[in-house]
Amino acid sequence: MNTPNIITIRWSHLLQFAERRLPALTRLKQVESLPILLQRHRIYVLPTRFGLVFSAVLLVMLLGALNYNNNPALLLTCLLGAASYQSVFQAFRAVDQVELRALRAEPCNAGDALCINLYFHVDTRPRRSLRMSVEGIETVFDLMPGNDGRVRIELAALQRGWRRIGRFRVWSEYPFGLFHVWSWLNPEFVALIYPRLETNAPPLPLNGANAQQQTTRRAGDELAMLRDYHPTDPLRSIAWKASARHDTLLVKQFEQLRGRELVLDFSALHGLDREARIARLARWACLAETGQVRYSLRLPERQLGPGLGPDHRNACLRELALLPGAAP
Amino acid sequence: MNSGAADSTIARLTPTQFGLVSASVLAAVLPHLWRLPLPLSTLILTLLLGRWAQRQYRGARIPYWVKLPLVLLFPILVIVHYGNIFGREPGSALACAMLVMKLVETETRRDARACICFASFVLMSALLFDSGLGFALLLFAALILFLAAMRELEPRPADAPVRAWRDSLRDDLRGGAFALVVALPLALCVFVFFPRLGSPLWGAPTDNSARTGLGDRMAPGTIQELLIDDSPAFRVSFDGVPPPRTNLYWRGPVLWHFDGTAWTRPEYFASTNAAGNLQALGAPLGYDVTLEPSDRRWLLALDMPLDAPDNAVRGADMSLVSRAPVDHLLRYHATSSPRYLLDATLDRQQRRLALQLPALFNPRARELALRWRNELHSDDAIIKSAFDLFHTEFSYTLNAPLLGRDSVDDFLFGTKRGFCEHFSSTFTFLMRAAGIPARVVTGYQGGYFNRAGNYLVVRQSDAHAWAEVWLQGRGWVRVDPTSAVSPQRVELGARAAAGASAPWYQADWLLGLRNQFDLVNRAWNDVVVQFNSLRQQSLLTPFGIDKADYSDLVTVLIGSSTLLLGLFAWWTLRAPRTTLDPLDAAYARLCRKLGRAGATRAAVEGPRSFAERITATPLRNAAIADLLDQYIGLRYACALPSVTAVRTFARRVGALRVQPAVRRSR
Repeated sequence: MNTPNIITIRWSHLLQFAERRLPALTRLKQVESLPILLQRHRIYVLPTRFGLVFSAVLLVMLLGALNYNNNPALLLTCLLGAASYQSVFQAFRAVDQVELRALRAEPCNAGDALCINLYFHVDTRPRRSLRMSVEGIETVFDLMPGNDGRVRIELAALQRGWRRIGRFRVWSEYPFGLFHVWSWLNPEFVALIYPRLETNAPPLPLNGANAQQQTTRRAGDELAMLRDYHPTDPLRSIAWKASARHDTLLVKQFEQLRGRELVLDFSALHGLDREARIARLARWACLAETGQVRYSLRLPERQLGPGLGPDHRNACLRELALLPGAAP
Repeated sequence: MNSGAADSTIARLTPTQFGLVSASVLAAVLPHLWRLPLPLSTLILTLLLGRWAQRQYRGARIPYWVKLPLVLLFPILVIVHYGNIFGREPGSALACAMLVMKLVETETRRDARACICFASFVLMSALLFDSGLGFALLLFAALILFLAAMRELEPRPADAPVRAWRDSLRDDLRGGAFALVVALPLALCVFVFFPRLGSPLWGAPTDNSARTGLGDRMAPGTIQELLIDDSPAFRVSFDGVPPPRTNLYWRGPVLWHFDGTAWTRPEYFASTNAAGNLQALGAPLGYDVTLEPSDRRWLLALDMPLDAPDNAVRGADMSLVSRAPVDHLLRYHATSSPRYLLDATLDRQQRRLALQLPALFNPRARELALRWRNELHSDDAIIKSAFDLFHTEFSYTLNAPLLGRDSVDDFLFGTKRGFCEHFSSTFTFLMRAAGIPARVVTGYQGGYFNRAGNYLVVRQSDAHAWAEVWLQGRGWVRVDPTSAVSPQRVELGARAAAGASAPWYQADWLLGLRNQFDLVNRAWNDVVVQFNSLRQQSLLTPFGIDKADYSDLVTVLIGSSTLLLGLFAWWTLRAPRTTLDPLDAAYARLCRKLGRAGATRAAVEGPRSFAERITATPLRNAAIADLLDQYIGLRYACALPSVTAVRTFARRVGALRVQPAVRRSR
């Protein structure tokens, strides 16, 4: 039996032990499944800078009281010291037994803020001044037993596709700011970022090739309904008289638009780079949804639809979001 | 719930936070204010309240051109008043001023925390000047305010409902009080066992504070100042039966030299160790004296002290002098003999001192004394005629009229009203003029005997002055001329003798109340203030350690505080109480057993899929499968499982032995 082998075995045993006792060393760097319960194996405590300074002041007070042989002053120092050091237990209890049960992301397009709702649960005591640092953004929250324990955070969403939130810290300095108590969480969670919507996109390519013909024919159609104005609507479709009676602008919508079917073709958009095409298609899908036009999405590898409604739109946006990026 | 990226340490304080920090600073400064010179304390208080109001209503930062002159002004004020900025008094004055200046510039959480740190120190230093019980308790209560302020400084969620400042204040104060109460055991443990310093680390210079107390000089007015001061001078507990009240003459400085206005103690007694010739005639009486700090060197003892306590000497005139000024509560044991013969013979030096009189003062008193000497032949008769004179024509009052240059003449033939100071001074003068060696003794007479505590409290207002004359064959004999005028002074105390001339706060009922309450003060002094390294060393005697040294104390300190902290840790870490029903508890136990053997149930796994997974592993076992089936049956197949069935299931789970599967490889 050779020595390196023994060392390897010992080392792996040591690692296994460490993983059992101190999950933060190994396991917590990996993704964990929900729910995540914060308990003593994964809660860490250190004094804050204020805690250290306060200790120094207590030490000076102690020396002063001892030097002057003044017992009441010493008792005062002991009281303050004991009260402040024992706050470590309260600080620990502020984070102990907090459970992260779920995370939910609100729909979000690249370039907007990604809103994530975290659902915490506490069983008995209310927790005050808990804090969470996700990607450098600090959020303060309280938890009450019996509440839904929802904490909403906003993160930057720069790119379409899957987005992790990575490992983040839940921490507290409650009650006196003398001890920093924290735990790392790395929940199994990804949010889908829909593609960026093109701003100032051209109107929907109704009828694809001859848009001219479409506008002349539209005038003869019957007015079907009025709907709210969207910034991309042509000015001439605004129902001025009807709008005057309301607070918002209204747009005339014609029957003929409903029966039509729109094809949003990725390869038909010439002269644009890949991301710009995705942005335009995403915008058009949204426009078609607001305009209640049935549409299908044709991508290089697959086709969706035709269809209409939030589910269809979300499916389209999802496909667009997950399109592979431009080949390098 | 977005607090945004704003760092909470540099965010500005809310009005509630600032208010609490201001209150903490006020609590720290207030105990000092009464001692500080008036301009300084007025300025500090104005600045504090002004800053609070300004922050609350306008809220702008204070510009530098306001702060800078103030920062420079304070040290100048302190130097002008005290002469320097070092030492206890000027140091604490400056600390108060600087603390308020810190509040003036406080805007952020970090500033506020610095304020609280500094305020803790200032609060502690107030106890260096006064360590009475009531004062100390008030300062301890101020700690609640500090903790509340620290608690309030913790950030609140941005979307939290706005709370009234009253609510959050109540919450914070409750939290602070709770923390303080919980801290009590640990604090006491550290207080008791923390090794005390045998000698100070750095010199603790004593300041000339204005404490009242007996001096080595009796000029008109010095005793009167004491008679209106009701603070305790010392407390005595007797070893045996306390002596009768008329014997309670507490001997202080003995004054020999008279210059026409004041009686003083000559250097002769301060410098020599000439021992008096004292012969005890009765059984000695032992007692413990706890002397309040006086910043003077006199120790009090009952007539006549048989020996000197540690660190003190007994002069030839039987007054006890400590080697160092009494600047902290001092406890000593003394033994006295109520019946004695002092100095059967008088040496020439002392005789000369005891007959000294200033020339060209009080001619009429001298004339009277000479007449007595010529007409009467015995010393006793002379003393008696003086007593008769006082008894018939003089009256006792605290509001004595002022006397002129020939004070004895003025008093004897003019005003005829006064108190112990006048009577002892005049009597001694007359005796000396008549050729009888005499001296003035100052000290205290009487005291209040607290039956509940079985001790005697003697207040400054019990100060007294009497005389001693030297008679052939009888030595020095105590003579109290005041008793000739007002026997109540000796039998009932100064308060009774003063009658209506006493100030209002010496009203009977008030004094009675204070005498009763003095028991608590004494307990505080005994248990806390008096606790020193000597008493600490004897703490462990019941445990077989006679004289605990530093290492013993540190061991006990660490041991006991670890025990206490362990108790708290247990309370903190104890498993949260689960409210599972017996069936679920048994199932959870089964899952734990299986988990230990390597088959951990995932959170999403129901019992059936878990059972299926286990049959696919090397752990499969008929007993396990059976138990899981049984659980499914009990939990899901019947609405209310019978108690016996659940109990059987639990027992079977308890009896199950699971062989660990092959070690998981990773």
